[in-house]
Amino acid sequence: MSNAAQPYLVFDAITKTYPGVKALRGVSFGVREGTVHALMGENGAGKSTLLKALSGAHLPTSGCFHIGGREHVFHSTSAAMAAGVAVIYQELHLVPEMTVAENIYLGHMPQRGGIIDRKQLRALAARQLQRLGENIDPDTKLSRLPIGQRQMVEIAKALTRGAKIIAFDEPTSSLSAREIEKLFSVINDLRREGCAILYVTHRMEEVFRICDACTVLRDGTHVRTYESLSETTPDALVKDMVGRDIIDVYGYQPRPHGSVGLDVHRLFGPGLNSPVSLKIAQGEILGLFGLIGAGRTELLKLLFGATPATAGDIAIHDTPVRIRRPADAIRAGLVYCTEDRKKEGILPILSIMENCNISARRHHVFPGGIINTRWEQQNASEQVRSLAVKTPSLQQLIKNLSGGNQQKVILGRWLSEDVKVLMLDEPTRGIDVGAKSEIYQLIFKLAREGVSVLVVSSDLPEIIGLADRLLVMRQGRLSAEFTRAEFEPERILAAALPVETSTAA
Amino acid sequence: MFLDRAGMLLVLAALVIACSFTVPNFATPNNAASVLLAVSTVGIVATTMLFCLASGNFDLSVGTIIPAGGVLCALILRDTGSLPLAISGSLAFGALVGLVNGVVVAKFKINPLITTLSTMMMVKGLAFVFADYRSIGISHEGILDLANAAYPTIHNDRGGVLFQITTPVWICFALFAVFGFVLQRTTFGRNTLAIGGNEEAARLAGIPVDRVKITIFVLQGAVAALAGVLLASRMGIGDPKTAQGIELSIISACVLGGVSLSGGIGRMSYVIAGVFIMGIVENAMNLLNIDIAFQYVVRGAILLSAVLFDRFRQGR
Repeated sequence: MSNAAQPYLVFDAITKTYPGVKALRGVSFGVREGTVHALMGENGAGKSTLLKALSGAHLPTSGCFHIGGREHVFHSTSAAMAAGVAVIYQELHLVPEMTVAENIYLGHMPQRGGIIDRKQLRALAARQLQRLGENIDPDTKLSRLPIGQRQMVEIAKALTRGAKIIAFDEPTSSLSAREIEKLFSVINDLRREGCAILYVTHRMEEVFRICDACTVLRDGTHVRTYESLSETTPDALVKDMVGRDIIDVYGYQPRPHGSVGLDVHRLFGPGLNSPVSLKIAQGEILGLFGLIGAGRTELLKLLFGATPATAGDIAIHDTPVRIRRPADAIRAGLVYCTEDRKKEGILPILSIMENCNISARRHHVFPGGIINTRWEQQNASEQVRSLAVKTPSLQQLIKNLSGGNQQKVILGRWLSEDVKVLMLDEPTRGIDVGAKSEIYQLIFKLAREGVSVLVVSSDLPEIIGLADRLLVMRQGRLSAEFTRAEFEPERILAAALPVETSTAA
Repeated sequence: MFLDRAGMLLVLAALVIACSFTVPNFATPNNAASVLLAVSTVGIVATTMLFCLASGNFDLSVGTIIPAGGVLCALILRDTGSLPLAISGSLAFGALVGLVNGVVVAKFKINPLITTLSTMMMVKGLAFVFADYRSIGISHEGILDLANAAYPTIHNDRGGVLFQITTPVWICFALFAVFGFVLQRTTFGRNTLAIGGNEEAARLAGIPVDRVKITIFVLQGAVAALAGVLLASRMGIGDPKTAQGIELSIISACVLGGVSLSGGIGRMSYVIAGVFIMGIVENAMNLLNIDIAFQYVVRGAILLSAVLFDRFRQGR
C-alpha cells in the first residue's frame, strides 16, 4: 500500500461540525516524511480544530487520517499518541511542580515492581535532552525553566513516546530570538530523522525559513497546498488566507503632533534596571520595541499603576498625576490594553455589554450606584457598531468571540472613557489579518483625534508600519531611539538584542 | 438561555407539585407557613452569601456569627433593656467580624476558606464567653412581639392560625428583593461578578477590588448577625449552641440553585430556588417521618447531583 510517493500523514476529508457551526469542511491534504509542512490561515480558519482532531482531543464528524498507509480515527488522545502523533500546543501541557525528568516520562515512567526507578528515569531523561542538544539537569523543577526550555521538554516528551508526526501550534509566539533559533535547529534535526512535521504559524518569515510545504485554510475549507514554497510568495499566501488582496495593511500617513500628551520623568519600579523618561505628543504614535523580557510590559504596568512605581513623575496634558492603582490612571485618561487578553483583559463569563461598560459606567450611574440600563445598552451597541465587532448580540459571552473581536471589545471599553493616552501591549497578537488591519486603522484614527498612543510589539514590521517614533528596550532599560526616517530593521533589532556580559558562548 | 435562568425554579415548581401529591399534609396552608419560617434564616444569610460566592470568595464564619449575634442581642437587652442598642450592637459585631475577614482576604491575600474558618472558631469561643456558657432568656416584650408579628394572618373556623407570614419571613423576602436588585442593577453588584469572573482583569479595568471584597464580607457579617437576632427573638432565647452547621446549609443552598463556587456566576433567582428546594425536601422528609440520619444522606446526595447536573449543563 504505502510507497515513497505517498505522504506519510494524509488528512482525508476531515469534517467537524459543532452545533450551528461547520468548523471544518472536508479538509484533505498530505504531509510527507522528512518535511516541515506549514499550516496557515486566519483565526477561525480551522487550524486549531484540525490539530484537535489530529491529537484525538475532538472526534471529527466525518473523515479520517491515513498514517503510513493505515486508516485511523482517533477517539482519544492516547489513541493518537499510540499512532505516533504528538501535538505541541502554545500552552504547554506540563506539570510545573514536577521535575523535568518526571515530565518527560509522565504516564510511562520506568519502574521496577510498581516503584519508580528514579536512577533510570534520570538517565533516560538526560539522554533525551542531550539528543535535543539541551543541557538541562533532569532533576530541575519544571517551573524554574524559561519557556523555551519547557518547550524542549515537551518535544523530548513527544519523542520518548515514539512520535513520528509532530504538530507545533505557534511554537515561537512566546520565545526569544535565541530560543527561536534553538527551536529551529531542533526542528531541522527532526526533519532529518524523517519526522513529518506540521507547523502552525502566523509568521510569514518563519514559513519561508524553515518550512518545505504549505497548506492554507480559510473558513474551514482547504484553499491550496504548495508542495514547495518556491511555488509561492508571502503576498500570494496572504491572498490565499484572506481571499482578497491586502495592498498595504498599515497605510501610514504623517500627522501633525500637538503639545506634550504624556510626560514621564525618571519612572522606576520592579522590572526595570534603570529609570525611564519619555514624552509622547498629542496625536503621536510611539512604538516600544524589545525582546520578551526586556521590560516593556513591566514599564506599561508601572505607568498604569498595575505595579506600584517606586519613583518618578508622570504628567498628562501638562497636569501632574499621581498613579498608585489602575483606577487612578483611568481617571487621568491613561488606559492600557494588556498583552494577555485572556488572563488580564476579558471577563470571560460575562457578556460583551458587561465587558464594554465595566469601567466607564461610573460616569453614568444614578445615585447609589444604580445602573443606567439605557446608557449601558446605548454605549455597548455604539462601540460594537463603530468597532465592527462581529457578534449576534450584546448578551453574547465574550469568551465565545474570536481573539480579534475580543480585542475590539476591550478597545471599546477604553474608548467609552475620555482617553488621552492609550497604551497597547501586543495589540494584534493572535489576531487574524483582517482584524489586524482594522485595529491599525483605529490606532491611526485615534492619533488623528489627538490621543497619544504607546504601542508595544515584538513584531518588527508591525511597529515600523505604525509608529512615528520608536524606543527600544533592552534588559530593563531604554537602549535606543529612532525617528521614522531612521527606521531600519537591522539597526532596531541590533539595539534590542541583549549585550553579552560574559564571554561564554 | 431560558433554561439557564429558570432551570432550578422549574425544578422547584416540579418538586412542589410532586410533594403535594405524594406527601401527606404537605399541601396545607399550615405547612406552607412553617416551611417559610423554617427557610427564613438560611434564606436571609444566603442573600449575602450569594455576593461572597459570586466574587469567588467563601464565608464559613456566618455559622457562628448567627448564634453570637443572638447571644449578644439577648445580653444587651438584659443589661440595658434598649432594643435599638441590642440590634445595632449585634449588627455592629457581625460587621466587625466581616471587616476582619474582608481585610485579611483582600489585603493579605489569605485564602477565604482558611480565614473564615479561623474567625468562625474565634467567634464561636466569643459567643460562649459572652453567654457565660449558658443560654440567655429574652423577656423584652418589644422584640418578642416584633419577631412574632404576622401579616397576613388567616384563621381557621376554630380560631386557630391557618396561615401567616411573620416578620423574619418578610425580612427574608425584602432581602431577596434588595440584594437581587443590587447584584443585577448596581455598580457594586456588577463589580462583584466581574471580580469573580477574572479578578486581575477587573483590577486592570479600574475596579476597586479590595474595597468591593471588604464591603461584601462586612455586609455578610452584618446580615448573619441580623439572622441571629431574628432567630433568638423568635425562640425567646440567645443560645450559643444554636444553628450548628448552618453555614454549610447556606452554601449548599446557593450552589444547589446554580451559584458557581468558583465565582462569576450567580443570580438571586438561583439562591431563592436553592433555599426553597433544600427547605421543602427537609420538610417533606420530616412529614414522612424519615430518620434524621438518613435525611443527611439525602441532602448530601441532592447537592452532589445538582452540582453534577450543572457540570453537565455547562459542558454541553
